[in-house]
Amino acid sequence: MRHARETLLGLYATMVRIREFELCAARLLAANRLPGFLHTSVGQEACAAGVCAALRREDRITTTHRGHGHCIAKGADLGRMMAELFGRRTGYAKGRAGSMHVSDPDCGILNANAIVGGGLPMAVGAAYAARLQGGEAVTVAFFGDGAVAEGTFHESLTMAALWALPVVFVCENNLYAEMSHISLHMKDPDVHHRAPAYGLPGRAVDGNDAVAVYEAASAVVERARAGGGPTLLECKTYRWRGHFEGDPQRYRAREEVAEWMERDPIRRLRAALIDGAAATEGDLDRRRQEILAQIEAAVAFAESSPEPTAEDLLSDVTAAGTS
Amino acid sequence: MATMKYWQAVQLALKEELARDPSVCVLGEDVGRAGGAFGATAGLLGAFGAERVRDTPICEAGIVGVAVGAAMAGLRPVAEVMFMDFLGLAMDQLVNQAAKLRHMSAGRIGVPMVVRTICGAGRQTGPQHGQSFEAWLGHVPGLKVVWGSTPADARGLLKAAIRDADPVVVIESLSLWGQSGDVPEGDGVVPIGRAAVRRAGRDVTVVAYGSAVHRALAAARTLEGEGIEAEVLDLRTLNPLDEDGVLESLHRTRRLVVVHDAVGPCGTGAEIAALAAGKGYRDLDAPVVRVTAPFTLVPFVPALEQLYFPQAERIADAVRSVVRARRSEGRS
Repeated sequence: MRHARETLLGLYATMVRIREFELCAARLLAANRLPGFLHTSVGQEACAAGVCAALRREDRITTTHRGHGHCIAKGADLGRMMAELFGRRTGYAKGRAGSMHVSDPDCGILNANAIVGGGLPMAVGAAYAARLQGGEAVTVAFFGDGAVAEGTFHESLTMAALWALPVVFVCENNLYAEMSHISLHMKDPDVHHRAPAYGLPGRAVDGNDAVAVYEAASAVVERARAGGGPTLLECKTYRWRGHFEGDPQRYRAREEVAEWMERDPIRRLRAALIDGAAATEGDLDRRRQEILAQIEAAVAFAESSPEPTAEDLLSDVTAAGTS
Repeated sequence: MATMKYWQAVQLALKEELARDPSVCVLGEDVGRAGGAFGATAGLLGAFGAERVRDTPICEAGIVGVAVGAAMAGLRPVAEVMFMDFLGLAMDQLVNQAAKLRHMSAGRIGVPMVVRTICGAGRQTGPQHGQSFEAWLGHVPGLKVVWGSTPADARGLLKAAIRDADPVVVIESLSLWGQSGDVPEGDGVVPIGRAAVRRAGRDVTVVAYGSAVHRALAAARTLEGEGIEAEVLDLRTLNPLDEDGVLESLHRTRRLVVVHDAVGPCGTGAEIAALAAGKGYRDLDAPVVRVTAPFTLVPFVPALEQLYFPQAERIADAVRSVVRARRSEGRS
């Protein structure tokens, strides 16, 4: 399949934006400049970039504790995201909820969820709403292989298939449920094998190949949009860093990580762009420099933003208390 | 004014709200073709269609989760969890999702959804169909909890809940299901957060909610013959609590008894007692007494059920004890 140069460059830029944002956040955390937990998706960027490139702005997503990439790919503002990581008032949750909680209705981010499997039924509900409202919006639920053992996976696929809803279940199978290898939590490690039992199609794709993810996602998203119902799309990928920043990772061998780093989705697309004469080294370097500047600006915005106040602690709990 | 049974009032509220607002939908186990486990959704499928009256599999987390997502996307779903005991299966979606999303989205995403659920207390439903978990729910910032004790309130509170911008759990009493009462003409919305004086009295305030209100009223009738005038205050909303309503009544009667079918520890009664001991301290002439279920499982057999749930006689005894008590007793 041939793709517009803009599409391919867009995939590249999105992946770089995610990678550099997360590496920057990891450095800030290590330097004690950020409070709380941080879960990065470094190595998995092709999944977020490929799937979200297949979505329209009004399409919706739910994501996870490892959701920075999905939010960035769906159009979240880097400054507001970074401000949330810093715990500042200009953050997506006014600096009250942290890295795992991003909602931006303007670009279809319903929420990122710190509960494994928590976003799946919500995505089904949003898809149900979209159909009842007569719109064309498709909802994507991002989750990891760890969520497959949760009851909400089973319940959500059951309902979505039964009602033929416009929802796509995107499982990023990164081989680890938190700190446990897939062999410890799943008998059949091919997540998409489960789909037919629920009455929906399942597909697997190389989750480190942004173009392949984009192609697969485009097909299943358009199928959902056209009324063809849900799909379970499994992206086979790998998490380069720990479950959380600071995770000593005693549960896996360095060689395994190094082997997967050889399959870097960004380097892969970069090589393809240059080989196909879609871009030069210089073009891509310039693009990366622009993104680094955006991230630097996001950090500056966050750090110069005010901290939340005692009033913010109490506001937005109910509609009556919403400021 | 029309007279109807409690369940018919629930059905009327759903029918009226589905007709009034196209964003309202109903989903749950058996709500469509079966017409509801106890009839409250009968006729809705035919009137509003299978998309808006959605039969679901038996999957409480999924049902409530779908309602959360649908509400975030602009609908006003009414999810049914058949018995309150089954809320355990859906607590993540209710507590970690529905209740928190407004705050976690900086106020930009609301979750205007309702969970209707039935309390089976008093109907020989046993340990897993007869529990009262309102304290679990009332403990969660972001969740509202209402419980009607009359057909008019069952309808009016459900309508208010459906129109509310926040997630509301509406608890219904199976033991009141067939009880008749007057339901007003017109909208009949009962505001969330306001208690109702069911019976005025000067000697003692008896706070209750749900079906316990009727046992408190029976106790008050008995006590009237003894010259004790008990005021029965029906909370109607457990969160947000009508603190002013409780304190105002206490200010008049200076004595307080709290009745509920739930067990005592960490319960609603403790919350009301803390309110009285704090803001109402100067008005208290006697210790606050709680009349609750004992801290054990809900029995199924009627003889034990009578012992378990507070009956009118036990409530009357509690009232007599506080009316006799003097705050100055034991003090110099």
